[in-house]
Amino acid sequence: MRPRRTRALKPLLGGCLLALAVSGLTGCGGDAGGTDTLTWFINPDGGGASPTGGGQAQLAAECSEASGGAYTIQVEQLPNEATDQREQLVRRLAANDSGVDIMSLDPVVVPEFAEAGYLVDVPEQYIEDFTDDRVQGSLDASQWNDTFVAAPFWANTQLLWYRKSVAAEAGLDMTKPVTFEQIIEAAQATDTDFAVQARRYEGYTVLINALVAGAGGSIVQNEGASAEDTQLGLDTPEGKRAAEIIQELAGSGAVGPALSSMNETNALNMFQDEETSGFMLNWLYVYAAMKENDLSFLDDIAWTTYPRVDADKPAAPPFGGIELGVNTASRNKDKAWQAISCITSAEHQKEYMLGTGNAASRSSVFDDPQIQEQFPMADVFRESLNQAVQRPRTSYYGDLSTAVQRTWSPPEQVDPNRTPAESTELIMKVLRGEALL
Amino acid sequence: MSTRTVENHLSDRARDERRLGWRLAGPAFVIMILVTFYPILQAVYTSLFKYRLTDPDQREFVFLRNYGIILTDPLWWRAFGTTTLITVVTVVVELVLGFAIALAMEKVIYGRGLLRTIVLIPYSIITVVSAFSWFYAFATDTGFVDPLLNKLSFGLFPADFDWFGGFWSAMVPICISEIWKTTPFMSLLLLAGLTQIDSAMEEAAVVDGATWGERLRKVILPNMKSQIMVALLFRTLDAFRIFDNIFIMTAGSHDTSSLSLVAYNQTISRTEVGLGSAVSVLLFCCVVIIAMIFVKGFRVDLAGGRK
Repeated sequence: MRPRRTRALKPLLGGCLLALAVSGLTGCGGDAGGTDTLTWFINPDGGGASPTGGGQAQLAAECSEASGGAYTIQVEQLPNEATDQREQLVRRLAANDSGVDIMSLDPVVVPEFAEAGYLVDVPEQYIEDFTDDRVQGSLDASQWNDTFVAAPFWANTQLLWYRKSVAAEAGLDMTKPVTFEQIIEAAQATDTDFAVQARRYEGYTVLINALVAGAGGSIVQNEGASAEDTQLGLDTPEGKRAAEIIQELAGSGAVGPALSSMNETNALNMFQDEETSGFMLNWLYVYAAMKENDLSFLDDIAWTTYPRVDADKPAAPPFGGIELGVNTASRNKDKAWQAISCITSAEHQKEYMLGTGNAASRSSVFDDPQIQEQFPMADVFRESLNQAVQRPRTSYYGDLSTAVQRTWSPPEQVDPNRTPAESTELIMKVLRGEALL
Repeated sequence: MSTRTVENHLSDRARDERRLGWRLAGPAFVIMILVTFYPILQAVYTSLFKYRLTDPDQREFVFLRNYGIILTDPLWWRAFGTTTLITVVTVVVELVLGFAIALAMEKVIYGRGLLRTIVLIPYSIITVVSAFSWFYAFATDTGFVDPLLNKLSFGLFPADFDWFGGFWSAMVPICISEIWKTTPFMSLLLLAGLTQIDSAMEEAAVVDGATWGERLRKVILPNMKSQIMVALLFRTLDAFRIFDNIFIMTAGSHDTSSLSLVAYNQTISRTEVGLGSAVSVLLFCCVVIIAMIFVKGFRVDLAGGRK
């Protein structure tokens, strides 16, 4: 047995080493000379990797074309979930991978990447271009310590999607701001579902942050502080109020059978179920998705701004979307900024919005008749983008978010008297590097 | 005088054999050291630092503090408990199932090759793929498990039971997917043991009037003890490092984190490579201890039939 195994293994091993060497070369080598190839790491959108799919890949192809041969943009797709996108980028950036030029960044990673020195500051000559006509949420998300470190690309926020018939049956006046409690009651009364995201993932932090901010508080009270000096705003009346809402949601019986497994896709699926659909908190993309699915009750669907936590306080819709950053290790920074300027032009933002359903960060795009026609919610959406509240801006966001998710999961066990305090304790321990996650 | 020459001659030969042995195994040994010892030593070294990948300037030597943090953290012990539970449950079930399949594979005469191929299919499937398949099978929206159980129990079982919504219920799909995937490996190892048993002994037992149960207990099991222990050892070490199924199905919610997942979260998600390395080193120690218990405690002879 033995000698035979060794003999069989040797060519195998040689093959593996060869494969490793080859993949290493193509993985890290990049283009040495000739035309400049820019690699743009994109988050998956409706267009996929197709140069005619209407997504980032199409913008890449068009801008490559428009550059007149100055650069060619090649796209690489990141994983689906924001957390996984961050993980992959961190791995590359920490290794000074020059094969990454432009990155599609979730707003929450901007502080972390900027603090770690992974992002190049926006050059002076582009600042006017990148700040002109942008919604407030995008401007906030592109800065760190009052310096622009990324260019606003597209902007997202959640709306409250609902069925007119259900709201009417429950007697809910949707022309006025509604509260979470009103929606829960309406869903209970009509035996429908209120689809929210409460799986142990980033989307749950989005919900919790919106609840804390909607109650008038904020999870991190001194943004930009060092790990040890961070002051948390969870164990406060506002944090407790947020926990109360989660408790009410979990105990309502109106959030579907598997609240602790719900992500955006599950929520959309639940909302597309004709028998139980009532209300849903979700991002803009769901509208295009429902249209594409030829939903039989599409005419019955309406939208309004994010629900309030307390009737007398403004709602705090979550902010999402994508900012474009340039990698410090990139060998083509100048051309990368040129490319970003092309990608984020008003024309391209409009095209991208029409192609993928991801909204522009430029306010004026929402006034476009074509946009108004395809996105009947454009005005509500822009209003929401200007009201939107950022998730905690700290370079320890990943840890903070995971610690929040851990202490607030499963939602069925959230207790306003206990959870915010436990959460604060764990987050502080984690920030000091004294606890596992 | 003459005996001395013989001794010298023998030791010369032994020396040559040893030299040949080193020459044959040497290259493999060097590669082994490069690919296994270097990362292990690097992990041990890194584990002595408070070191965050995104904040390299703050790197600080903390000696064994990371280990102290981990071993006093309830999360580590919960993950340890979960991992142990999964290991024990899956290995025991796999042993019983695997043995039954091995017996069938040995006894079947027609379509033996086909049967062995079919049995091997789950093992040839990538763990992540199998984890996803079982995840979708048990999911409330796309799954067939809930509707099936609901039908079979005449509506007693809820049609939209959230398997991943609690620790014990999540353990079911996690363990099932693990068992489904690795039972073939167990049964192959056991089949190797079964085929090594001298059939004359079994025939003698039949002639003596032993029942099937008696033959199993008195002839088959004692004669393949070492193969059973080797199979158990391999599977225990493997099961203790479970990662994919949990990562896909629950991502560690409801305390379903395994030790590997804890290591992943510190190193990859948090980029706390110091703390993460310490977790990995501790996991490595656990695996070494398990192997030692098997080898020393149960006297498993890894060299198998070479006695």
